[in-house]
Amino acid sequence: MNLVSLSAPRFWVYLALLVLFALVPPITQWIDNSYYLDIANRLVVLAIAAVSLNLILGYGGMISFGHAAYIGIGAYAVGIPAHYDIDNGFLQFAIAIGASAAFALVSGMICLRTRGVNFIMITMAVSMMVFYGFVSIEEYGGDDGLTIYYRSNFGSLIDLSDDVTLYYLCLASLVVAVFIVYRIINSRFGMVIQGAKGNEARMQSLGFNTYRYKLACYVISASMCGFAGALMGNDTGFISPEMMDWTRSGELIFMVVFGGTGSLGGPVLGAGAFLLLEPVLEGLLNAIKEGAEVYWHIPFGIILICAVLFLRGGLDGLLDWRRKR
Amino acid sequence: MDWTLLTTQVINGLQFGVLLFLLAAGLTLIFGIMDFVNLAHGSLYMVGAYFCATLTYWTGSFILAVLLAIPATAAVGFVVEIVVVRQLYRRDHLDHVLATFGLILVFNSVTQLIWGPDGFIVPLPKWLQGRIPLFDGIELPTYRVAIILVGLAIAAGLYLVVTHTRLGMRIRAGASNRDMIGALGVDINLLFTLVFAIGAALAGIAGMMIAPINAASIGMGDGQVIVAFVVIVIGGIGSIRGAFVAAILVGLIDTMGRSYLDSLFKLVMSSQNAETSAPAVANMLIYIIMVAILAIRPQGLFPPKGR
Repeated sequence: MNLVSLSAPRFWVYLALLVLFALVPPITQWIDNSYYLDIANRLVVLAIAAVSLNLILGYGGMISFGHAAYIGIGAYAVGIPAHYDIDNGFLQFAIAIGASAAFALVSGMICLRTRGVNFIMITMAVSMMVFYGFVSIEEYGGDDGLTIYYRSNFGSLIDLSDDVTLYYLCLASLVVAVFIVYRIINSRFGMVIQGAKGNEARMQSLGFNTYRYKLACYVISASMCGFAGALMGNDTGFISPEMMDWTRSGELIFMVVFGGTGSLGGPVLGAGAFLLLEPVLEGLLNAIKEGAEVYWHIPFGIILICAVLFLRGGLDGLLDWRRKR
Repeated sequence: MDWTLLTTQVINGLQFGVLLFLLAAGLTLIFGIMDFVNLAHGSLYMVGAYFCATLTYWTGSFILAVLLAIPATAAVGFVVEIVVVRQLYRRDHLDHVLATFGLILVFNSVTQLIWGPDGFIVPLPKWLQGRIPLFDGIELPTYRVAIILVGLAIAAGLYLVVTHTRLGMRIRAGASNRDMIGALGVDINLLFTLVFAIGAALAGIAGMMIAPINAASIGMGDGQVIVAFVVIVIGGIGSIRGAFVAAILVGLIDTMGRSYLDSLFKLVMSSQNAETSAPAVANMLIYIIMVAILAIRPQGLFPPKGR
């Protein structure tokens, strides 16, 4: 929780990471390969989504198995207006955040009545309803998805049609997202949320209406995730219901837990690990045997299981090595 | 009213419900006793289907293949429990979800490695292929009726085992208080492994039953396990009776929704709107029902007592 503690190795690692991210565009221009910029952009956007999920999952103990729905809602909030030639970015992002918040408020009111596995399953059910909802709307491509021909237009403020500008907007958004979470968890509100995770009955007997606190937290997290979805729509230029499938939500959980639940920067590390493991494992398998890269899920799954079994605290926990031992 | 369509759909719905019960029974047993969320349950369903397919080609007999594939699937469940699942009982649900998500990926990829990316259709013996004539020219497909009968027999057998045997007594005791039966001298590790293997066998049977209809394919269980989770959440997690009622309910509602929702919608809206919205709502129907039931009864329809 202590973000600015210069003695911790963690601070320097994250600072180095931030500098590295900031240097990605000049490096890719220098080696003339925009592929790495694409990956970095995707990584940063997914990291925002993972940071938002971490707020409710890591600090609030609410295991949402349907957070990808908000990525989808955010992305369609860019895609649907663009479909009607409305490219006003302020409007699109306002819809993305507003629609996500509104949907989270309504669905959260029902979901938060349940606990444990029932909460996991009901959030997944809600996201599947959104999934099938978009599958059925043929006007917006149904199953096949929707191509976004124009990125969000912010007038003379920033020009997103330039890939590098979009990347820096995403990176700045990630820094802001982490800062927002940092402020929330250190506020009175965040203390109540974390208290409710530890012992909800105790918080209630202290006089806190934990249901309302959790609902507010859920809505904040969903809005952040919707914002990430809007960025993702701009980044990929193609959106489909597939991005809301329950396996996508599972991947988001993976990023949070693998990176380190309830740590500020962990989800960023998790998103990085998630995106980089695929090309790395494929490369390794291909080196062993030609064509073997289609089986990259085998080592990936094993790493996932081993991470759960042996890596308590996730990647972020590894950064603590000096203090613990 | 088209009676032929109605009876066909009722049969299809019951058959789907019975298969869901086979999946959900194992899931709810494992959850009720070990407090373990097993997303990879659908992988055992897939493994059962693939075993059955291969054994049918080897032995030339579907029935023999099923009889051999059941212990084989149980053995896979046995190994998975000892190697991975056992280490996870003391962890929280989040770790369960994540580790079994990893298991799904491994299972799907290993299956692709062994059997290749294409699916297998399992050929049925002649006597299961026909239709049973009923009155008024209405016919029932033999194989689906057979699935329903087998499923009901297994449900009855499971009921007898759980209520009338020593093993069943221990399972019930484990579901209401794990620590206590451990303290009373029951080998709890063995009990857990056994329950997991039984659950695997039940899921495998469901996969074997569906293989002649839908083909054995990679990831065939991933969607089904989600529906099975919906079933056990509606039924009340840990309750076999709840799983049975909810499975039949979900099976019937899902099947009926897909065939009758558009005509129902046409009563209240234009036919064009009905045709576009009905498939969407039909897909969502079970989730809508689950959310509605949980909104009213957050613990499900038949929550087990004594926890």
